[in-house]
Amino acid sequence: MPTGLHETLGPLGHGLQLTLAMTAIAFTGALVLGVLLAVCRISPVPPLRALGTAYVTVFRNIPLLVLLVLFVFGLPDVGLLFSLFATVTLTMTLYWAAFVCEVLRAGIRTVPLGQAEAARALGLTAGQSIRHIILPQALRSMVQPLANVFIAVALSTSLAAAVGVAEMTGQAQFVTLKYDQPLTSFAATTVVYVLITMTSGLIAGRIERKVAIRR
Amino acid sequence: MSDESRLLFDVPGPRARRRIRIATGVSLVAIAALLALVLHQFAQHGQLAADQWSMYGQWPIIHFLLTGIGQTLLVTAVGAAIAFPLGALIALVRLSRNRVARALARGYVELFRAIPLLLLLYVFLFALPRAGLTFPIFWQLLIPIALSNAPVVAEIFRAGVLAQDRGQAEAAHSLGMTYWQAMRWVVLPQAVRKLLPALVSQLVRLLKDSSLGYVVSYLELLHKTQVLGEYYHTVLSSYLVGAACYVVINASLSWLASRLERRQRG
Repeated sequence: MPTGLHETLGPLGHGLQLTLAMTAIAFTGALVLGVLLAVCRISPVPPLRALGTAYVTVFRNIPLLVLLVLFVFGLPDVGLLFSLFATVTLTMTLYWAAFVCEVLRAGIRTVPLGQAEAARALGLTAGQSIRHIILPQALRSMVQPLANVFIAVALSTSLAAAVGVAEMTGQAQFVTLKYDQPLTSFAATTVVYVLITMTSGLIAGRIERKVAIRR
Repeated sequence: MSDESRLLFDVPGPRARRRIRIATGVSLVAIAALLALVLHQFAQHGQLAADQWSMYGQWPIIHFLLTGIGQTLLVTAVGAAIAFPLGALIALVRLSRNRVARALARGYVELFRAIPLLLLLYVFLFALPRAGLTFPIFWQLLIPIALSNAPVVAEIFRAGVLAQDRGQAEAAHSLGMTYWQAMRWVVLPQAVRKLLPALVSQLVRLLKDSSLGYVVSYLELLHKTQVLGEYYHTVLSSYLVGAACYVVINASLSWLASRLERRQRG
């Protein structure tokens, strides 16, 4: 059976849409949850600190695929039934939030202690010194690590294929099996992943150069 | 107080200490409520029943899981034994003075860092067999893992070599050593010692990657927990026990990495 190019590229296009949607939602969710976790881990309240530490330890040390099968096949056993897409995206959000939290913490640690002491000496309140002195400096050093997390999120959405989501990697497999087009499908998919990572890397590099602080 | 909290918060006075005490109480209650909710949900659906959990006390089951852990560690060890030297080699080629070789190494790093491991695995699983190229299951899992970890290791090595004091290489050259001799005897030994924590952390990633044995039906820990869950109808508890195993092993590796790092700083 002869197959036109559009027959292989059509499914791959659908897959790309799913990949991009999952990446965008999971990364945004991970940012929000990651900020909350970082606040917990830094706060002077002991139980919240312990909670943040436990969360990061557990989620960073479990392979994402293990979390995916646990949530996809395990959640229905405790009566929580969501769509496959929602479950997978939620799992990725929970997983990557732990990494975002650590990036934020490392970023805050790059600000020299003297900056905080100087802010206090000037009579700034805690809120003022965080808003005007610490965060502006910390955020700049987080650009590259956050871009790395973004790239990792984009690549990790491929694992959804292993639990049955037809995103790009899943479609590449499907096209290979159905139309016998292994070369076209895998090459096209690879090109898209390379484009995603290179574009994000370039954009992050631009932003970083723009906001860099020379000490 | 940790470094970050000293940066963000002043030493608390009496009023702040009272606020912290109140927040401690409130958050303890909230965490307890969350835990109770989870346990309630588990109990409602019979997931706390003894038959869901008692099996993990029996030796045959423990042994079954332990052999899975053994396979996971085997994949990690062999993966590291291939990816680490390969990564070091690529890093050296990227740092060499031959422009063509440099470009080739750079191309490999950029390309293989951008291909998701699962896609690479599917190439070995579905595409290569059509070209008449098949590997045993173990290597079907291991070659993609090595190929996708090598560029990350290469970047770790490259950063380590570049961070070395230039004077070290210059001193070696002035002693009459060639470029490769200086690398072999002076630069690399120092770089590797400094990179040890990063390399141990990379083992955590390799170990996590080994869970993709689930996809190629290689009986490592994740695939074994799946078999266990389906055979005894204990899907949730099996995956939870498997996840706990991963946490214990990887947390030990991370602990080792941070200990190595502290020893270097101290």
